[in-house]
Amino acid sequence: MQKRISTLPFNDTPEQAEKLDAVIQGLKGQDGAVMPALHHAQDIYGYLPLEVQRKIANGLDVPLEEVYSVSTFYSQFSLTPKGQYHVSVCLGTACYVKGADKLIEKLIEKLGIKPEECTQDGKFSLTACRCIGACGLAPVLTVNEDVYGRLVPEDIEGILAKYAG
Amino acid sequence: MDMVTIKINGLSYRVPAKSTVLEAAREAGIDIPTLCYLKEINEIGACRMCMVEIKGARSLMAACVYPVNEGMEVFTNTPKVQQSRKMTLELLLSIHNKKCLSCKRSGNCELQKLCSDMGIDNENRFAGDMPPAKYDASTAYLERNNSKCILCRRCVSACQNQAVAVIGTNNRGFDTQIGCAFEMKLNEVACVACGQCIISCPTGALTEKSNIQPVIDAINDPDKHVVVQVAPSVRAGLGEEFGLPIGTNVEGQMVAALRRLGFDKVFDTTFGADMTIMEEASEFIHRVKTGGKLPMITSCSPGWVKFCEHYFPDMVENLSSCKSPQQMTGALIKTWYAQKEGIDPEKIVSVSVMPCTAKKFEIARDNQSAAGVPDVDYSITTRELADMIKMTQLSFNRLPKEEFDHAMGVSTGAGMIFGATGGVMEAALRTAADILEGKELEAIEYNEIRGTKALKEATYNVAGIEVKVAVVSGLENANALLEKVRSGEKEYHFIEVMCCPGGCVNGGGMPIQPASVHAEYDLKALRAKALYEHDKVQTVRKSHHNPVLKQCYEEFLGEPGGHVAHEVLHTTYVKRSK
Repeated sequence: MQKRISTLPFNDTPEQAEKLDAVIQGLKGQDGAVMPALHHAQDIYGYLPLEVQRKIANGLDVPLEEVYSVSTFYSQFSLTPKGQYHVSVCLGTACYVKGADKLIEKLIEKLGIKPEECTQDGKFSLTACRCIGACGLAPVLTVNEDVYGRLVPEDIEGILAKYAG
Repeated sequence: MDMVTIKINGLSYRVPAKSTVLEAAREAGIDIPTLCYLKEINEIGACRMCMVEIKGARSLMAACVYPVNEGMEVFTNTPKVQQSRKMTLELLLSIHNKKCLSCKRSGNCELQKLCSDMGIDNENRFAGDMPPAKYDASTAYLERNNSKCILCRRCVSACQNQAVAVIGTNNRGFDTQIGCAFEMKLNEVACVACGQCIISCPTGALTEKSNIQPVIDAINDPDKHVVVQVAPSVRAGLGEEFGLPIGTNVEGQMVAALRRLGFDKVFDTTFGADMTIMEEASEFIHRVKTGGKLPMITSCSPGWVKFCEHYFPDMVENLSSCKSPQQMTGALIKTWYAQKEGIDPEKIVSVSVMPCTAKKFEIARDNQSAAGVPDVDYSITTRELADMIKMTQLSFNRLPKEEFDHAMGVSTGAGMIFGATGGVMEAALRTAADILEGKELEAIEYNEIRGTKALKEATYNVAGIEVKVAVVSGLENANALLEKVRSGEKEYHFIEVMCCPGGCVNGGGMPIQPASVHAEYDLKALRAKALYEHDKVQTVRKSHHNPVLKQCYEEFLGEPGGHVAHEVLHTTYVKRSK
């Protein structure tokens, strides 16, 4: 799937900016610096918006397009922010045949966002992930570290309510 | 040279040890089909068209990147190889917009030719989902239609070779698309409009933005006086579109064709080039004498100018304030010529034919309207002119040789060589040396700065002054040189930069030759040769001896670098972001 690009405003704290500057300084002049820079940047910001990628490009003196190209090639890089609660629906084979797609549909409806997006208030983000190895509980989803299994679409509302408060 | 012996299809050949299987086979007269391979630009073995069998190898190998070694046995035409090539094409076709009949590149498409050569009989063998047809027409000069893209990455490499690198491969697998960072449009990134991507594209994914229709409309409008100017390089390339050998000078037939297309006057941009020399030489002398900003850098190439504005904004003051020959010719058409002929500049439609796509951007820049209306209204490429000639069904090769209209069609050898790297510098030196020495110099061929080498340097003693000059073409080379100038590592008085490798003869608006021709011929050298030969047989070879130019200064402009000349022939630059 083509990577979604966040349309939410980028908020950057001085601490985050300082951390990224230090990362770039440490990698400057090295071959293949783009990948580690993106890894660190994603750790710092949770995602890789234009502002962050531009800073990496300018700092490492590589074209922005090259940075973007790498960030859209690898699935672990995200161009959309994660919410306070990150809902991840397993779309592995077992979960899929047990109706995980219906869970996603329900989440799209309830949260008003598509996969790889974040709600305006920054509370929830949604993603569809590969097999997480909990096939016995299929279909399964996680909210941050919490795992919910053997779900039906009607369970979604109750799960979200736990975090909405 | 170290040589090795290899066998190709059972026959022995001695080949250079450093060659690839592809180069060795072609040397032996055995062609291997390629798609992503573009000599010296894109050698990445990505498309899998050039697969060959190599004895002992586990699988088929990509000939374009596989090095030869002693005793190697290669098979280029086994059933396995044939089947692989065919399937590669069928898979490419499964996501290709196959509207070939209405495609600009029909007849000159490398994919189309391979399908024909390989006997593809079912273009829908793997019919299925199609990726989204991304389309970008955000600039004045280029159209990208990704539904025709085969992801060969030749455009990406061409862009990287220009040190611009604003396009690349985004996303992966089925979603892979060539585009800009964060899906920005081309007009939002620091693209310099050089069009090297277009002439690298094997299919119809990249084309110039066409301005043919408004030109035809103007010609058909009885109220408009339509004047056309043609850049030097166009005559050295146009013939290729009509099957003539590379490097054929078709000036005469080209002028005849333009008249038959209905242009009211046919002028030579070479006249503007001579004018540029007068102004640039006088600006240079002025800078040297008054301690102005040095090195002075030429400003004829709009791709280079845009590059400087984006990537070296601190150096825009080094750019000569002279307009390019296109804009000077255009400005004089709407001022001097209009006055002389008593035509309202508003009624003149000024068209240029250029080897260049960046000229389409240049015409809309600020301070390019000497008469209060744009100096040039439409700029079309050499290819667009060929299309117009084909549309009107003119038998180009049978046209008589005609001459440019006198008013602004008289040129010199100096103006002619503007199309090749080193040409502007040589033309300027011919004039500057005469002016500074105060006499006619006989030695006017500056061989040190000729040729297609990436960087050429020389020091000339002109009237007791040591003038250090440098000539570069291709933005990667320009970028490297400018870094050194910026850091103080290199010092020059005068630098000529041409955006495209080899100069305008290899411009983004020139005829597109397939990769197989690029591999065999040095296009830029052959086309440049046509210009230098043309220069040699000219009776007037120095810009300041152009009789019409002298008349123009006497009647209208006054002194080179004077007040009127400044108003009409000079311009300004801006700083842009990266």
